[in-house]
Amino acid sequence: MEMPEPDAAIIARRAAIVEELRRIVPAESVIAEEEGLRAYECDGLTAYRQLPLIVVLPESTQQISRILKYCHEANVKIVPRGAGTSLSGGALPLADAITLGLGKLNQILEIDYSNRCVVTQPGVTNLAISQAVDGDGFYYAPDPSSQIACTIGGNVAENSGGVHCLKYGLTTNNLLGLEIVLMDGEVIRLGGKHLDSGGYDLMGIITGSEGLLGVITEITVRILAKPPAARALLIGFDTSEEAGSCVAAIIAAGIIPGGMEMMDRKAIHAVEDFVHAGYPLDVEAILIVELDGPDEEVEYLTGKVEQIARETGARLVRASQSEDERQLFWAGRKAAFPAVGRISPDYYCMDGTIPRHKLPEVLKRMSEASERYGLGVANVFHAGDGNLHPLILYDANVPGDLEKAEEFGAEILTLCVEVGGVLTGEHGVGVEKRDLMETMFTEIDLKQQQRVKCAFDPAQLLNPGKVFPTLHRCAELGRVHIQSGEMRFPDLPRF
Amino acid sequence: MSSPLEPGTDIELATMIGDALADHESLEIFGGGSKRSLGQPLEVDREISLAGLSGITLYEPEELVLSARAGTPLTEIQECLAEKGQELAFEPPDWRALLGTTGEQTIGGIVATNLAGPRRIRAGAPRDHLLGVSLVTGRAETVKTGGRVVKNVTGYDLCKLVAGSYGTLGIATDLTVKVLPAGEKTRTVLVSGLDAKDAVKALNLALSSPHDVSAAAYVPGVLTGCSSVSYVSGAGAALAAVRIEGPGPSVEARCLALRDILSGYGAIEELHFHNSSRFWKEIADVSPFFDTHDVVWRVSVPPSIAASTVQRIQEEIDADFYFDWGGGLIWIGLKSQPADGGASVVRGAFEIGDGHATLVRAHSELRSTLPVFQPQTKPVKALSQRIKRAFDPGSILNPGRMSLSLEAANAN
Repeated sequence: MEMPEPDAAIIARRAAIVEELRRIVPAESVIAEEEGLRAYECDGLTAYRQLPLIVVLPESTQQISRILKYCHEANVKIVPRGAGTSLSGGALPLADAITLGLGKLNQILEIDYSNRCVVTQPGVTNLAISQAVDGDGFYYAPDPSSQIACTIGGNVAENSGGVHCLKYGLTTNNLLGLEIVLMDGEVIRLGGKHLDSGGYDLMGIITGSEGLLGVITEITVRILAKPPAARALLIGFDTSEEAGSCVAAIIAAGIIPGGMEMMDRKAIHAVEDFVHAGYPLDVEAILIVELDGPDEEVEYLTGKVEQIARETGARLVRASQSEDERQLFWAGRKAAFPAVGRISPDYYCMDGTIPRHKLPEVLKRMSEASERYGLGVANVFHAGDGNLHPLILYDANVPGDLEKAEEFGAEILTLCVEVGGVLTGEHGVGVEKRDLMETMFTEIDLKQQQRVKCAFDPAQLLNPGKVFPTLHRCAELGRVHIQSGEMRFPDLPRF
Repeated sequence: MSSPLEPGTDIELATMIGDALADHESLEIFGGGSKRSLGQPLEVDREISLAGLSGITLYEPEELVLSARAGTPLTEIQECLAEKGQELAFEPPDWRALLGTTGEQTIGGIVATNLAGPRRIRAGAPRDHLLGVSLVTGRAETVKTGGRVVKNVTGYDLCKLVAGSYGTLGIATDLTVKVLPAGEKTRTVLVSGLDAKDAVKALNLALSSPHDVSAAAYVPGVLTGCSSVSYVSGAGAALAAVRIEGPGPSVEARCLALRDILSGYGAIEELHFHNSSRFWKEIADVSPFFDTHDVVWRVSVPPSIAASTVQRIQEEIDADFYFDWGGGLIWIGLKSQPADGGASVVRGAFEIGDGHATLVRAHSELRSTLPVFQPQTKPVKALSQRIKRAFDPGSILNPGRMSLSLEAANAN
């Protein structure tokens, strides 16, 4: 993993930059000592670590605007950071960049039931939004598994999903408005409490842009009434093909479950040893299908899913008989990562998405590769939307194991793209998948994406080294190649 | 002008755009032409029709995904989906009667304009369903973005920029959309006799209930008479309407629950089957204003200010209105002819940033002198122009369709 060469001139100016930042925010909000910087050296992708140049913790949009304006003028890079739970290294610091922590902007600003929305600062956790409206029967739908810790600002930057996103959408489908600060310090407001504000969908392009386009300082999300009932079915199959055809049959029957998760044999065994969720141990795959909504609908659809499961060859079909039992079914799935952590010293979590019918082929090729690398792999899978989370088992203390795990991971993601899928379903590109972008996009595709970056941040000071494998200068990208004569568009076939 | 160019392949389209870029010629690009009178009128050197790029290229119902070429008629897609009990969940409206156009609606056109019907509040707009696009930019380059899977965060989500950009950034040639199962059953609960303020309250109550309302509208008494649904036209009063869709037993139970919730607001009636579908088609297609109102505005606001916004407008000009999206969408039909098409009154009725008003129907002189779309703040406009230049540096694709040209803006 190569990061951009740090700018020695900026590092040499560190003391002056600290002083300048302390004119904008209180002295204690600027962290410059190694001990304090250490807490920010990595995010959820812990294999990569780097001490930031400086950490600054502003408390308001105005302070952020002044910081960015100063950095823009002084040519200093910025790495924005929420709770630092990214699994792709999106908040990985740079030696010559200020890490801008948004944790102090942690207030819910308004709960507006007459417009069914919440206005919040970016440092509020995902779960805190749902908790704030829970008593009145509402919730915020996207629920990434890190929701207890991850912040809504980070969710917007990464376009986070979660178990329920097949039915309720990703972050981008649940946003109404944003306030962002551009790299030159300009504050812009997009959307509001209303829908579909004409003009280019700048809110849409910023969502999922991984902190490269602007710093998100305020967010308006829509909230939904909590479904009155939820029931989960635990379904076991002798083969993953059967589990896959059950998923396809459920959807073909017009049912969109609130959640639909699959686990393979290795994951089932790891989980059952750990939490004793009552999963069958003699099957190759289990599905957890959750139906939520009005009581009558949940009852009716539970019956339909049971029938479909039996027709597609399920060996075991169990519908939860109580809220406790439903929670127990989920406890296993939710503990899958730590459970795998118990059977292996380390694991590396992947995040590709595939067209669902390619699952048997992908699982087969993955298990072949697993033998080839000599590394185990356990699979948990958001079955409804085709989002795979293979967990590659390795031991960081064995020399060469991490590199092997990374190589295996890259092979899995390349395979996802090859069968018509994508490199990342919800974790983001960050630094982790940056160098694989060319497996999915052509140079022309990537250059066009970078032109969007240039429209927002022409000096490329925001979160450099992430997402794009090759950095092009904006001036070069802006050129229009028109040549007179017969070779006007040499790349275009002519008839 | 000579007749429109009609590319049969992406490469021909890219060649045409490349030639136009080299020759500094501007282009108007359209699909079936059904929404050609939306936006600022254009003056261009050449026209390109995408009718030749047509056909469904992939449909996998169990994967909830469909791909089609840009010029594919929506009716072809909708019929294909209906065979498998699926639909385009954003409920594309048909504004041909409103706009006085006749051409086919196409998938490229509905995405380019990002128009959604009553189900917008529950299921989203085209922007929320667009999974992948292949487009030819104003640089004559073919760019692919997104994919064919419903969950994807790889790279910038350029699909969002394509949806709603009226073909001013690039010309989509192939689009992949998420499709969803259609509700097995549909019912509509009607409440009669409410004023606008109470109607928004009642609709909000229904939308805040866990009964999964898929549409919520309000039609004042002066407009109910023009409905082709006899329950509606015979009501002789204003009607608030909420729609429920889904499996049969669920719809019946939720319908009962909503009747109960709304019973304090007025007399209750139900629409079933075709009556329910026809009513919502009239709401989506703006049929209350078809023959009667020359100038029509579409105003998107937070529902809580819908009633006061309408009141302010009606104090100043003679106008009819109705609500969709639980009050979040106000349709305004002018009965008088103010010189500015009512722009100052309509756009002055809410605070800047609280909403946006689009001039949907007006004669072309009015549309060429007024900003059709809500004017943007200076920094947002500047950023949008930089994005335009990133895709279309020669400003040759539908130039000026989304805003007055720079010269005209300066002249004002």
